[in-house]
Amino acid sequence: MKPSIFRRALVVLLAAAAVASLAACQREAQPEWRLNDVSGHLPDLDFKLTDDNGKPVTGADYKGKVAVMYFGYTHCPDVCPLTLTQLHVILDRLGPAADNVRILFVSVDPARDTPAVMHAYVNAFDKRAVGLVGSQAAVEALAKRYRSAFTREPDRGDGNYEVSHSSAIYFFDANGKARLLATPSASQDDIVHDLHLLTSLETRS
Amino acid sequence: MMVRSLALALILSAGGAAYAADKPAVEAKNGWVRVLPGALPAGGYLTFENRSDRALSIVSAESPQYGDAMIHRSSTDGGMGRMEMVDSVPLPAHGSLAFAPGGYHVMLMQPKQTVKPGDTIAVTFTLSDGEKIPATLLARPANASGPKD
Repeated sequence: MKPSIFRRALVVLLAAAAVASLAACQREAQPEWRLNDVSGHLPDLDFKLTDDNGKPVTGADYKGKVAVMYFGYTHCPDVCPLTLTQLHVILDRLGPAADNVRILFVSVDPARDTPAVMHAYVNAFDKRAVGLVGSQAAVEALAKRYRSAFTREPDRGDGNYEVSHSSAIYFFDANGKARLLATPSASQDDIVHDLHLLTSLETRS
Repeated sequence: MMVRSLALALILSAGGAAYAADKPAVEAKNGWVRVLPGALPAGGYLTFENRSDRALSIVSAESPQYGDAMIHRSSTDGGMGRMEMVDSVPLPAHGSLAFAPGGYHVMLMQPKQTVKPGDTIAVTFTLSDGEKIPATLLARPANASGPKD
């Protein structure tokens, strides 16, 4: 008597699980992310900025592409180039799927980063990178939206200064939904793995 | 007892001086510079090997090809990427230390002429004891990961 109750309960449970996973499949695959899953915790990709060709753009312009957003500035000789180089290597490893990915490099140094400066800079790293600039207020609003932060450090006395900034990398799916968050120290293998999943979601939708 | 240890100290320091005279105590190798477009500051990376039995430190850098050179360290502590100028980088006795992306680097500013990948950059580092360490850094593309790839 007892075992059969258990068996029946098990079947019900299994069936429920199967229905749930089937429903999940129909709604959307639930991949096993290796990076931090932020789905539902961060707002959709939305901004009004100017791209490195001088064209006004919004978040909606990148619909259909997986967007990898990173805040930085061109007078940053070490950490920003390191992160952009890592993203370049990652996209090369991703193969053809990388055509469906855009790196969005948002400047936190509006005083020095013009679209032309940004154009030369991002293209030195990867052709799939887009440089985005905006007013101080627009960039601050965007940073705040994603709980990011940046601070202009004091002038070194020769007109030069550094900008400390959040080093997080944000991943949005092709529908502009925030999905993942990584630090620059995340392994390239994990980022490649998750970008494969993220770009395959895109082709299914 | 005290005399003996004093003598020992004298012999040791004399030995150290002789060593320094024969061969440079510190060697710089695997140097490269990440060249960025225009006149943007560039990060220089290399490995120092301290073959002496003295703890040393690197206190400054200069390059005839750049208006200014500074030793910096990047960190991403607490999720914030920042850079700080450092006055001294310790080089342990019989040890090595790497300037590498995301950590110590020499920030090269105001290039006097356009630097292109493949060019060589001369950088002279000064040690705490006043010794000069000449280094040759290879100019690499912006998206290079090291001196060769």
